[in-house]
Amino acid sequence: MTVFLTIVVLALIGISLWQMTKILKLSQAKDADNSQVANDKDNNLQGKLMLAFVIFIYLLTIYCFVQYNSFFLPESASEHGVEYDRLMLISMVLIMFVQIITQGLLHYFSYKYRGNKNNKALFFADNDKLEFIWTIIPVIVLAGLIIYGLFTWTDIMNIDEEEGDPLIIELYAYQFDWRARYAGEDNELGKANVRFIEGVNTLGIDASDTYGMDDKITNELHLPVNRKVIFKMRSQDVLHSAYMPFFRAQMNVVPGMITEFSYTPTMTSEEMKNSEFMVEKVATINKIRKEKSKKLVAAGEEGLETYEFEYYLLCNKICGTSHYNMQMKIVVESEEDYEAWLKTQQTFKEQLSAQASN
Amino acid sequence: MSAIAHVDGHEEDHDHGHHHKEIFITKYIFSQDHKMISKQYLITGLIMGIIGIAMSILFRMQLAWPDHKFTIFEVLLGKFGEDGVMDPGMYLALVTIHGTIMVFFVLTAGLSGTFSNLLIPLQIGARDMASGFLNMISYWLFFLSSVIMVLSLFAEAGPASAGWTIYPPLSALPQAIGGSGTGMTLWLVSMAIFIASSLLGSLNYVVTVINLRTKGMSMTRMPLTIWAFFVTAIIGIVSFPVLLSAALLLIMDRGFGTSFYLSDIYIAGEVLHNQGGSPVLFEHLFWFLGHPEVYIVLLPALGITSEIIATNARKPIFGYRAMVASILAIAFLSTIVWGHHMFISGMNPFLGSVFTFTTLLIAIPSAVKAFNYITTLWKGNLQLNPAMLFSIGLVSTFITGGLTGIILGDSTLDINVHDTYFVVAHFHLVMGISALYGLFAGVYHWFPKMYGKMMNKNLGYVHFWVTAIGAYGVFFPMHFIGMAGLPRRYYTNSNFPYFDDLADTNVLITVFALITAAGQLVFLYNFISSIFYGKKAVQNPWKSNTMEWTTPVEHMHGNWPGDIPHVYRWPYDYSKTNENGEYVIAGQDYVSQITPLQDGEEEMHH
Repeated sequence: MTVFLTIVVLALIGISLWQMTKILKLSQAKDADNSQVANDKDNNLQGKLMLAFVIFIYLLTIYCFVQYNSFFLPESASEHGVEYDRLMLISMVLIMFVQIITQGLLHYFSYKYRGNKNNKALFFADNDKLEFIWTIIPVIVLAGLIIYGLFTWTDIMNIDEEEGDPLIIELYAYQFDWRARYAGEDNELGKANVRFIEGVNTLGIDASDTYGMDDKITNELHLPVNRKVIFKMRSQDVLHSAYMPFFRAQMNVVPGMITEFSYTPTMTSEEMKNSEFMVEKVATINKIRKEKSKKLVAAGEEGLETYEFEYYLLCNKICGTSHYNMQMKIVVESEEDYEAWLKTQQTFKEQLSAQASN
Repeated sequence: MSAIAHVDGHEEDHDHGHHHKEIFITKYIFSQDHKMISKQYLITGLIMGIIGIAMSILFRMQLAWPDHKFTIFEVLLGKFGEDGVMDPGMYLALVTIHGTIMVFFVLTAGLSGTFSNLLIPLQIGARDMASGFLNMISYWLFFLSSVIMVLSLFAEAGPASAGWTIYPPLSALPQAIGGSGTGMTLWLVSMAIFIASSLLGSLNYVVTVINLRTKGMSMTRMPLTIWAFFVTAIIGIVSFPVLLSAALLLIMDRGFGTSFYLSDIYIAGEVLHNQGGSPVLFEHLFWFLGHPEVYIVLLPALGITSEIIATNARKPIFGYRAMVASILAIAFLSTIVWGHHMFISGMNPFLGSVFTFTTLLIAIPSAVKAFNYITTLWKGNLQLNPAMLFSIGLVSTFITGGLTGIILGDSTLDINVHDTYFVVAHFHLVMGISALYGLFAGVYHWFPKMYGKMMNKNLGYVHFWVTAIGAYGVFFPMHFIGMAGLPRRYYTNSNFPYFDDLADTNVLITVFALITAAGQLVFLYNFISSIFYGKKAVQNPWKSNTMEWTTPVEHMHGNWPGDIPHVYRWPYDYSKTNENGEYVIAGQDYVSQITPLQDGEEEMHH
């Protein structure tokens, strides 16, 4: 790889040097015009290159949308995510439309009106009507986007614990891992503060608060499908951000305060794994991993494991040296599977007594 | 030429030019002449730019080939690149310092410092800045802050590495990351000095523009460059002090045990005493500067391109009043949109709604500007000089980058793309690349004014095309890896197999980045060799209307020999014709600002 890279870099430097000397030679050859100000010949060439450039932009756009189509996240696995995706699609279509038109005009004009000694520019200093039109159009379009966006935003951020029967889970972040704390039978989290951290009580739960006794601390996040979850987030040290891309969910985790986010998962892990998108995606990834493993094995190292998709939560706010590997697995499953899994987890009380008996 | 004919014919100006002998130190080092100070800003800015870009190359290599060993890492990073493997902390440090250097040292000081200093006195008809002494102090404080920032790279535990936004508690606690020790202290000291420098400079620009305009140079006759520099200076004065407060409180939290930003922290096995502070407060203070800062970087670039596009299109800039109004609107709105960086910071969601509203409003004046640029090109007679190409390039990247702002500025959509590579792609295009293009355009255009020499145009063309293709090659695909949910500031993505199929794109981006960076060597070569061996410039090479081109090619203290010329018209009388279709001045498609109205000519109502 280094060899390849070195060759590429050297080749590029070589090419640029070659081009440079060529250009220098060209520029010296015709000493008739040495003013270093663009002449008609330059205008002609550069104007045409401008036209070529906008074609390059269009092709790059098409290439990216076709080639990187599989990069887009799959359909949302949460209820509000459907709204999110729709708003994203509308905005995306809109900005691509404006992008294609304006880039086209900009570069086409640069080509069409490239300078020539015999041409005369049009003295055209202003036109109120024209300016009014292109002020009012963005106003209307943006007003639409703002209103749509704000309604969706209010829906997502309006977290009501009274409504329905939401599951309360604490997400606890520290350098460099996550913990989840389930509120237990009473669905009420016990009080907590970093000042209570001691021994097995790694989350600083207040042992004098009875609400905390049935809390369950886990290092995987299991969620029952189709039930609203309210996350209450707490950080032990620095800023983190709980990012759950498949659920269109993200909220910073801030030391000294409790932040909240809420969503209703609608697709179980199994459903997502078996979706057409994910099957294809995982196949591609495993193909890449297999290739890579071959090289690794050939170099006497261990090969990569085959990848199986699981939802994940990752840290998305710079938090220190191992920021890049601060993740937690998320499992969305049926209510029964969830209950069964939860039963296997120790309560805080059990943890405390286990510590005491040691 | 007609321009000169109307300079008042008084013999000598007895106030300026020849009563103090210049020695080397006062001429080249502790100079109080705005033209020399502008060159000092430019060269310091370029050197910082080289460092900043080199850093980006290093971390791009790490991202593209995470499991590869590069000797260059060991050579350049020492113990942080042992055996050619980059230390994860060093990766964060590189990202942090790259951001800091590019935003503040290159695009604020290097761009605004250079061209405000050069052009404000020259384009408004002043002998120099209002205070040459403060101007000199401003530069030397900038120089000092640059030196300290570079020195911080050699801190034992590494330079500041909490991201250029230095959010506490990460930036406050050396236990949290090594770079938050001495490295961070030096970062803060450097930035405090930088802010002082920036304030002195800005105050000077504002006073100069208000007080020292020559006779006839009303506000509505000022070139758009001056409008942009003027308004930039004002938002600098409004917002930079807030960053200083933010930094001061952080210094106290770090050194004196206060709790402005810290609360309930358990780190390295112990509970800190801090109680009651909030990192969100820091975020508010930081972005109160941080967002206007985007426009502090961008507005001068837009001013420069307005001027260059009009000159090279041989047409008046379209909608002068709308352009001025847009600058003012952008400046005003820029100070009330900072919360869009914090939609998911934990602040009240209602605030998010307000900031979404103001943020999307700012798209309106930006759109007006873009449309006006395009209309200025329409039916022009475009002289495609390198400066013009960079100006058109700026409009292009400004549109591409600006449009994705509509997604990020929408609080709802921000949820899932926040802090991903989508953001990185967005702001690099809209403020990084655009402002850099503004810088390059300005250098190519005003090089004859700065050094009395011409830059080589063909090398300029090569530079432009390599940069233009490279910049899109780097940042366009980056939107897509961002849409995949790839977080920024990750040392490697290999811990998430889900991102494995993005690896090729990361390699592609890095290859484009390497090519683009190599392309900048062409510029450096052109710049340096033209200073010494460039073709001697004529007085007004681009046939421009503004006043700086009425000064002699050789620099002189006081700018104009004799009296300062008066101004009789706005700066955009390009290709202006009389009713009979002839140019106002026969055979010449431009009319300098210092040319009085001709017989039968009407001053345009603009």
